[in-house]
Amino acid sequence: MKAPDFAYARPTVLSEVFDLLDGDGDVRLLAGGQSLVPSLNMRLSAPSLLVDINRLPGLSGIEARDGVVRIGALTRHGEIARSALIAERLPLLAMAAPHIAHAAIRNRGTFGGSIALADPAAEWPACCLALGATMVVASRAGERRVAAGDFFTGLFATALRRGEVLVAIEIASPPAGSVAHFSELARRRGDYAIVGLAAQVARAEDGAMDPRLAFFGVGDRPVLAEATRRVIAGGGGIADAQATLGRDLAPTGDAECAGATKLHLARVLLGRAMAALRTRGDA
Amino acid sequence: MSAGPDNARVVTLTVNGERVSRRVAARAHLVDFLRDTLDLTGTHVGCEHGVCGACTVRVDGMAVRGCLMLAVQADGAVVETVEGLTDRGAIADLQEAFLARNALQCGFCTPGMLITIAELLEREAAPSRAAIREAISGNYCRCTGYQAIVDAVERTLAARAGRAT
Ligand SMILES: Cc1cc2nc3c(=O)[nH]c(=O)nc-3n(C[C@H](O)[C@H](O)[C@H](O)COP(=O)(O)OP(=O)(O)OC[C@H]3O[C@@H](n4cnc5c(N)ncnc54)[C@H](O)[C@@H]3O)c2cc1C
Ligand code: FES
Ligand code: FES
Repeated sequence: MKAPDFAYARPTVLSEVFDLLDGDGDVRLLAGGQSLVPSLNMRLSAPSLLVDINRLPGLSGIEARDGVVRIGALTRHGEIARSALIAERLPLLAMAAPHIAHAAIRNRGTFGGSIALADPAAEWPACCLALGATMVVASRAGERRVAAGDFFTGLFATALRRGEVLVAIEIASPPAGSVAHFSELARRRGDYAIVGLAAQVARAEDGAMDPRLAFFGVGDRPVLAEATRRVIAGGGGIADAQATLGRDLAPTGDAECAGATKLHLARVLLGRAMAALRTRGDA
Repeated sequence: MSAGPDNARVVTLTVNGERVSRRVAARAHLVDFLRDTLDLTGTHVGCEHGVCGACTVRVDGMAVRGCLMLAVQADGAVVETVEGLTDRGAIADLQEAFLARNALQCGFCTPGMLITIAELLEREAAPSRAAIREAISGNYCRCTGYQAIVDAVERTLAARAGRAT
């Protein structure tokens, strides 16, 4: 189908974006368009005005300062996949990137767009949770910072308020010895995950693990498995951890499969992750 | 200065080496603009929500979904379609391999496949069969069963490697 009629604006400074967002009607930001334009074409949304932020300077790019990697909201999925800085500092993101859609969609879709959309089965929000990322949000009132744990508030819902723009995501480099693990189960390459796991795991010299385990596709938003983390940090084995995961996750069924199946699959991913982490030598 | 909000605007872009200027509706996506306004019907339209890959074209050197980009967003861009790549001979060997390996039947998916594979061949010198399959995972073909397409890519890779040495 074709998109409904709407007005289009392409501001070149952030203050203009704020002016436009203040206007009447359903005003939407247009970033990569890889989620918004399909929803327009399918007539699932009918905004009155699209504000294209693709030509705003300063919203794109990856840079490191003081142990923090700052990723501009407009940075494309593909740029993250190909970035040497990301591969070195935040390998979790490099591992996750190839699972997001397909090359042509990764060429256009943006990091910030995916995070602002907050699809519960999306890779980037879960990675942000596992990495303890900070979202940098701008409005006419200035900038504020929101921790990933407070940012994702529900199904396609975030802490972003009307008039706000997500401008960047800041992620501290994980400490030395910490390793990343990413895996997901999907029916076809490039599909959204049925269930996925993004993990950043601190490891002590004696082999003790303290994992931040972010599961996605298991509810209305990505979930940090805190009880399971404590069991693993306390030296629990795979079976203990898998049993405990039932306290962290209560997946609801969707078009893909039943909630009980999702919990089973999450346990499978957890078991594989722990087995892989034990045998990995790249601490 | 940027223009204020409007439901249509004039865009100027380069398509297959030619500069064109046209007034387009904001709601028109790039592939409809190419097909209906510029009569470049080599690029196909299938699902219109990013899934099938038939509409894949190049914008500023990168493969993108023509159904998920608005024509107004291509203002100032360099766009290339299968007609452009064909005319400048950039994918002649790949097209020859498609023919030789029977990598198309109805041909509906072929323009999108060629654009996608052209980008893969530029980014990677020796992709594995698995990497080729991954690269075309966003391009649906309902006829060939994909094997012949992967074969054609491998044939092109082998020929290019042979030429390089
Ligand atoms: C076939 C297909 C398969 C896909 N598979 C996957 C997948 O496996 N995993 C996955 O994660 N995604 C997948 N996607 C979606 C893709 O990753 C999108 O790029 C992403 O979800 C949205 O980013 P965008 O830049 O395209 O945002 P847009 O589509 O432009 O915008 C999405 C929403 O976010 C808002 N927004 C955008 N940027 C900002 C900002 N800076 N500040 C505030 N609000 C903002 C917009 O107003 C809109 O509501 C798929 C898409 C397609 C078409
Ligand atoms: S028509 Fe664009 S991906 Fe199917
Ligand atoms: S040749 Fe018919 S869809 Fe591919």
